[in-house]
Amino acid sequence: MPMTITEKILAAHIGKEAVCPDDFIEARVDIALGNDVTAPIAIREFESFGAKEVFDRDRLVLVPDHYAPNKDIKSAEQCKILRDFARKHKITHYFEIGSMGVEHALLPEQGIVLPGDLIIGADSHTCTYGALGAFSTGIGSTDLAAVMITGKIWFRVPRSIKICFTGELNPWVSGKDLILYTIGKIGVDGALYMSMEFTGPTITALDMDSRFSICNMAIEAGAKNGIIPPDETTLQYVTERAKREYTVYQSDSDAQYHQEYSFKTEEIQPQVALPPLPENSKSVEELEDIVIDQVVIGSCTNGRISDFRQAAKILKGHKVDPRVRLIIIPATQNIYKQAMEEGLFSIFLDAGAVISTPTCGPCLGGYMGVLAAGERALATTNRNFIGRMGHLESEVYLSNPAVAAASAITGKISHPKEVISSIAKEAKKT
Amino acid sequence: MKKIIGKAWKYRDNINTDEIIPAKFLNTSDPKELAQHCMAGIDEGFTKKISLGDIIVGGQNFGCGSSREHAPWAIKEAGISCVIAKTFARIFYRNAINIGLPIIESKEAAEEIQEKDIVEVNLDAGKIINRTKKKEYQITAYPEFMQKLISAGGLLNYISSKMQRGRAKG
Repeated sequence: MPMTITEKILAAHIGKEAVCPDDFIEARVDIALGNDVTAPIAIREFESFGAKEVFDRDRLVLVPDHYAPNKDIKSAEQCKILRDFARKHKITHYFEIGSMGVEHALLPEQGIVLPGDLIIGADSHTCTYGALGAFSTGIGSTDLAAVMITGKIWFRVPRSIKICFTGELNPWVSGKDLILYTIGKIGVDGALYMSMEFTGPTITALDMDSRFSICNMAIEAGAKNGIIPPDETTLQYVTERAKREYTVYQSDSDAQYHQEYSFKTEEIQPQVALPPLPENSKSVEELEDIVIDQVVIGSCTNGRISDFRQAAKILKGHKVDPRVRLIIIPATQNIYKQAMEEGLFSIFLDAGAVISTPTCGPCLGGYMGVLAAGERALATTNRNFIGRMGHLESEVYLSNPAVAAASAITGKISHPKEVISSIAKEAKKT
Repeated sequence: MKKIIGKAWKYRDNINTDEIIPAKFLNTSDPKELAQHCMAGIDEGFTKKISLGDIIVGGQNFGCGSSREHAPWAIKEAGISCVIAKTFARIFYRNAINIGLPIIESKEAAEEIQEKDIVEVNLDAGKIINRTKKKEYQITAYPEFMQKLISAGGLLNYISSKMQRGRAKG
């Protein structure tokens, strides 16, 4: 029976030849993830269940990244629950600050999640790891508790949607723009309960960082998982990191899809999603002057090294508009170090940005850049819901790092070419 | 199954979990504390206006966004007996089933029930009854696997009874 990559991975994890969409299955989990917001509930449920040991101490990953370094006493207590549990159960992959990073940047970087894996995480953006050719999805804390006890989870096998991109990317367009454009076309529930499989020559030409951005936001279309079948780029990324065996799956050419979309990248310019939903995406050039108070470059969507390289390209030799606060948040310690060593930090600091330790912080309105009433932010994060970054009367717009950097300089939402062409003009004058 | 009856509180499409429980309240996982801030991102007076057993009626994609189980916990602990919506976001849906919060997809009922209508839900009979409008709606039965979860009272109870059966057999 022809199957999609998602169906093949799910079948392999119940020890069967095949699964069909809408089947209910109880599947074996390779990696389970929790953070300082979701794991405390899972730990409480695990303990009240009377469980004594976790299913596999090498396969449960605990990352205090949302409110760490601890933002207040209550957060400190949540983080302590993780730390105490990790010590008691000798959890291999517990990441204390100093090694901690934003989970969905950290796990791939550390080679913890691999192609062909079945991964669940008590965080909706767990779908990020689909970029590696894994089945990966967000679940809640009780689900996580159940996996911590049994190593298994129930699923309904999702129907698959195929999204094919062809053509070369326009200048300053990256994976973030492709996914914002897609969500704009299909809507925030356009892939509800389904699997989004991204394919086509454009995807093949993308680096891993862009692929992570795309799969990261599959949840913003309601999807169960986003997935990109592995290719040379994937394997190159994985081979230098993997410490265990993994399996590469591909969709059969005659696999069944519930829906198919085909997008031409020539039509896709840098995108901005207007509040209050990620589906409100428009080309930057379509927007009237939108003045901003804050720019955040970071998060599990766009906090990777290529994101900061893009931002630095724009910011080099410029100053952030005095009315704008620019917050840069490298997603992991390694990305932080690499950005520093490449000289990106000097560019950011000279421009007037602040650089934060890795944290989810402002993305969910936690800390490290919360908005007041009436304020407006442009962020490279993934959600622009009402009040997402602070006060209910504040606003969040979403974009890629290049647009975010350009906008920090101009003080309003701007296409990178506005800033780049002004550099060229300055150079001509002198 | 416990009887479900209460006043309906109606919301628009795409109610997200940030609206159900904003992140500023996520530095705790105590359900009682979470319940005090239920719907604080969309309806700040919510906890004051509701009575025990009331029902939330949403539109499409109810519970989208974050995986925070704090959202269904806040709703359940606030005393809401059931959530009816046109469609649910998948993580919210499974979280609600897993913690034993009754949750029903019904396009027709979600469309037609008005704010403050008195609504009864009879899960055994598979019916939503709008007492105010005197109208009944059939509920599509849950898939068999989910019926087991619901009748066990949630995921961990289901696992517990399965393990006990396993031990009894062994």
